[in-house]
Amino acid sequence: MEQIASHPAAGQKKALPGDFAIWIFIYAELLVFGIFFLAYAYTRAQHVELFNTYQQHLNRESGAINTLVLITSSYFVVMAVAAIRRGAAGHCTRWLILAVLSGSVFVWIKLAEFAAKHAEGITLSTNTFYMFYLSLTFFHFMHVLMGMVILSVVALKAYRGAYNAQEHTGVETGASYWHMVDLVWIILFPLVYVLH
Amino acid sequence: MKYQSQAVAKPYFIAAIGLFVGQILFGLVMGLQYVMGDFLFPEIPFNVARMVHTNLLIVWLLFGFMGAAYFLVPEETEHELHSPLLAKVLFWVFLVAGALTVLGYLLVPYARLAELTMNDLLPTMGREFLEQPTITKIGIVVVALGFLYNIGVTILAGRKTVVSMVLLTGLVGLAVMFLFSFYNPINVVDDKFYWWWVVHLWVEGVWELILASILAFVLIKVTGVDREVIEKWMYVIIAMALISGIIGTGHHYYWIGAPEYWQWWGSIFSALEPIPFFMMTVFAFNMVNRRRREHPNKAAVLWALGTAVMAFLGAGVWGFLHTLAPVNYYTHGSQITAAHGHMAFYGAYVMIVLTIISYAMPILRGQEAADPRAQVLEMWSFWLMTVSMVFITLFLTGAGVLQVWLQRFTDNPQPFMVVQEKIEVFYWLREAAGLVFLLGLILYVAAFFVKGGERVMASNAVADTA
Repeated sequence: MEQIASHPAAGQKKALPGDFAIWIFIYAELLVFGIFFLAYAYTRAQHVELFNTYQQHLNRESGAINTLVLITSSYFVVMAVAAIRRGAAGHCTRWLILAVLSGSVFVWIKLAEFAAKHAEGITLSTNTFYMFYLSLTFFHFMHVLMGMVILSVVALKAYRGAYNAQEHTGVETGASYWHMVDLVWIILFPLVYVLH
Repeated sequence: MKYQSQAVAKPYFIAAIGLFVGQILFGLVMGLQYVMGDFLFPEIPFNVARMVHTNLLIVWLLFGFMGAAYFLVPEETEHELHSPLLAKVLFWVFLVAGALTVLGYLLVPYARLAELTMNDLLPTMGREFLEQPTITKIGIVVVALGFLYNIGVTILAGRKTVVSMVLLTGLVGLAVMFLFSFYNPINVVDDKFYWWWVVHLWVEGVWELILASILAFVLIKVTGVDREVIEKWMYVIIAMALISGIIGTGHHYYWIGAPEYWQWWGSIFSALEPIPFFMMTVFAFNMVNRRRREHPNKAAVLWALGTAVMAFLGAGVWGFLHTLAPVNYYTHGSQITAAHGHMAFYGAYVMIVLTIISYAMPILRGQEAADPRAQVLEMWSFWLMTVSMVFITLFLTGAGVLQVWLQRFTDNPQPFMVVQEKIEVFYWLREAAGLVFLLGLILYVAAFFVKGGERVMASNAVADTA
């Protein structure tokens, strides 16, 4: 609490990269997904057959590709932070653009997956498994979009020279959020698509 | 007062307090009717008392919000209000329309009121909290549009701060969501579904923005803490409040015929709703602890801290108590709901309006803070109202738990009215707590009439009470 109150003015050593406020968001987001995952696990235990059956109908290939895409995008973000710490704003901007592009690949693949399910007539009310599948992946999808907006703004600011080797809290803030989005998917994918 | 046009806030605050007194009186009437069913019958039947109690609450809070906006927007924007005249005209329009509506409730049967106001041309009446005749609803929209125009133009012309932008967003949201009160589908499920877009998205959505901005404004003024720090808190709090609150609407969709997935969505997201309220409590205490000045208005600081704590308890804790679908299966529409409703409305919205009145009224009357003796009285009223509201909530919770048990949970459920008789003792105790609340309210009003006394002694007294 001390940190958030004194953060903007005081130049003290920070325990966490980026703005402290984003960490409150990140914790809150992880809490929501955490509760959702627990609810999924609990419900799965009640309906093992149902979940096993319909899990087979998911497109695991596109899920796996998306996992690689997000991990790669996180790598780009890491490179962007490393670049700005060196003061290389131009490099930072390019890495961030690559990260946003990877994000859009994820979005595109995900949309194709949603479209396929929609074409099969699957909705939130089809059964409990699909309710969880659609809810979880859709909420995560919205977070990817949000993360892309954040990274785009950071990229634009980096391009305009708003950050340098000393002051680049914004880049770290965007990066922290993006890693959270990635982390959630790394749990979500095996949990919903793979684990029997 | 930094800007002359802030003065238009004063009649709004006075009207708010006046209607607040009316609301409490009708609350006491219906509280008694719980245990003496024919009290004041046939002059004021229970359903009428209830309608007046809830409608007055909404109207006086709206007066309070408008007064708050007229007071804080000129100061935040560093710009005189666009049209003080429009604000004065709208005040009288709103007051007269409100008074006529309440008189309509009291003097003619509701069905006759619907006929008189030509409800069948555009039927919107007959739904809880939205009982107002269609013509009143149209009046509310007109007043809201004029008000938003006035505030909006002022903000556009002046300095744009986070506080004023969040306030404006909340007020626009308030007006937009109210439009759903004109949508009155035949299908009962549809009807309830969109009815919550007004009721829930007001109190657990856009009103929270209004609450956060007023609280932030008062805290900036009384603590002298940097605006940037307070703004950052605000962003985090309102983002959390909106995300959890908007999807949290689902906690009203469990049993009305909406799809089953709402039981999950509603449970999960509304379970998070206490978090922004808790953050608000931490925020308020943190800011006051880091204060850079000792503001002479101790009462306003007390109200601001009280708002944060009571909003967390009433909206956060008591809301969470029955928000999860498996729990709500038993508790929906019971006295537990009433308990939550009372403390949430008091803690979040009554107290924030009293906070801004406490801060602004002395300034509007040409002082930085009220006389210390008046403040002591005001603090007494704070404690009497707040503690009695805690008891009202606890008694209703007791009644609710017993009601749920006897009427729904046990193997041999008993009929509604049989159960109501068994929980009578709680209703008596609630009524007694309500009388204490009224006493607190009387002291609150009296505090405005306390004349100045000896400074030194009086300021010691303030320190003691605080």
